[in-house]
Amino acid sequence: MADISTTPDAAVAPDAPSAWEPRIVAFLCNWCSYAGADLAGVSRLQYPTNVRVIRVPCSGRVNPLYIVKALQLGVDGVLVSGCHPGDCHYISGNLVARRKFAVLKSFLHYLGIEEGRVHFSWVSASEGNRFADLIQKVSDDIRRLGPARQLRKEAK
Amino acid sequence: MHEVEIKMREAARTLLESGKVDLVLGFEQGSLPLRMRPCFARNAGATVGLVWNDFCANNLAAYLPGLFQKPADVRGSWTAPTVAVVAKRCDARSVIELIKENQIPRQNVVLIGMPCQGMVDPRKAQEAAGANVTACKMAPDKQVELTTAEGGVAMSPREAILADACLECATPAPQGADVEIPGPSRPSAANPYGRLSEFESLTARERWDAFVGEISKCIRCYACRQACPNCYCKTCFIEQSKPTWAGVGDELSDVLLFHIGRIFHQAGRCVGCDACVRACPKNIDLRLFTRKIVKDVQELFGYVPGMSLDEQPPLCTFKEDDNESFITHP
Repeated sequence: MADISTTPDAAVAPDAPSAWEPRIVAFLCNWCSYAGADLAGVSRLQYPTNVRVIRVPCSGRVNPLYIVKALQLGVDGVLVSGCHPGDCHYISGNLVARRKFAVLKSFLHYLGIEEGRVHFSWVSASEGNRFADLIQKVSDDIRRLGPARQLRKEAK
Repeated sequence: MHEVEIKMREAARTLLESGKVDLVLGFEQGSLPLRMRPCFARNAGATVGLVWNDFCANNLAAYLPGLFQKPADVRGSWTAPTVAVVAKRCDARSVIELIKENQIPRQNVVLIGMPCQGMVDPRKAQEAAGANVTACKMAPDKQVELTTAEGGVAMSPREAILADACLECATPAPQGADVEIPGPSRPSAANPYGRLSEFESLTARERWDAFVGEISKCIRCYACRQACPNCYCKTCFIEQSKPTWAGVGDELSDVLLFHIGRIFHQAGRCVGCDACVRACPKNIDLRLFTRKIVKDVQELFGYVPGMSLDEQPPLCTFKEDDNESFITHP
């Protein structure tokens, strides 16, 4: 596995303020949200192009550290999306994830990380529209906040 | 206090003499003022050195997981020892969490539950005396007499030099221990989350500045992690190399990542014993941040670590109607 502490160039390229576009990482579960994104695509729905998708087997697979690490690597926002509660392919992965994310989100807020950098949501495989709207909302939120600098590790 | 000490020694002696335990983990007089050091008593004779006073602050549960691992130099069969631990309620709660997470075998641990009146924080004592304190003696009217290195004597109210963890302790009395030592304990604190609401009322910017201000003192010695009984991972995420989560230097971003990760990993484990705070050589106010995790876990899942062996650790389980007000809807 690659050493993820060596920051990929693209992720930490200095922001040209005029042309700044938010970079958002989305962890999408294979069974629902990824399929939802696929549906949004094949339905030709328009949504912002700021999101980079990482496909995971389940939202329960997302280690909270991935989220903090993504912010350190220079992304401006993180979205984690999985199956709606009750719909998990692995029965309860998203329900366990929900607990982790509740604690993480509250903790990051407490530490003073800007509200709106980290989002959690549920999108099913049939919700292409919801996926497009969600990305629109998340992207708008993060655009309003501007570039994330709090945890970013500056490139040497 | 002295009576409690004698009863604890007796209990330790009986346990060792009867062969019920192989080892008693307790405290003995060390060489530093205001601090007792851990004592590993392996026979009845060694129990005469066991002490109990206002300076037995360390959480001895931190030693337990290592005692149940087969030593590298032992060949062939090996039987895990049975260990008795002189434990305040906070220490006992750490032990319960360790048992629940399969780090130590229940049948090999005997908890000697100590009544607790709060432990002295040496840093507060230094501050109260305004000089190096070499001795601290209980005086009447809940006062303490602090002798300084220069030979001076300063008086301070006992409450003023107790550790924050003790002032905010909701569970000072022993409960559920295998051997309970009778004696007076502090009353439970009315507000176990002392400074949290004050911090929560600051703006996000102020909170972030305060967090960064504290964490930027960190020299990454990892003493907080080593002292914590519930930080038991064989390889900490911060030292993993495949993948490497953080650089090894003192860059602020990496240090922040370490502390966010470490404190987050305490969700459902932290008993608020302040072992991390005591161990920190830079006086980082870790308690301000660890308490938040404890409070959230209690408020969100109704879970208080170390209270019972039957409850599932909160992040290993779920309820269908768990709070999901944090979910983003388009």
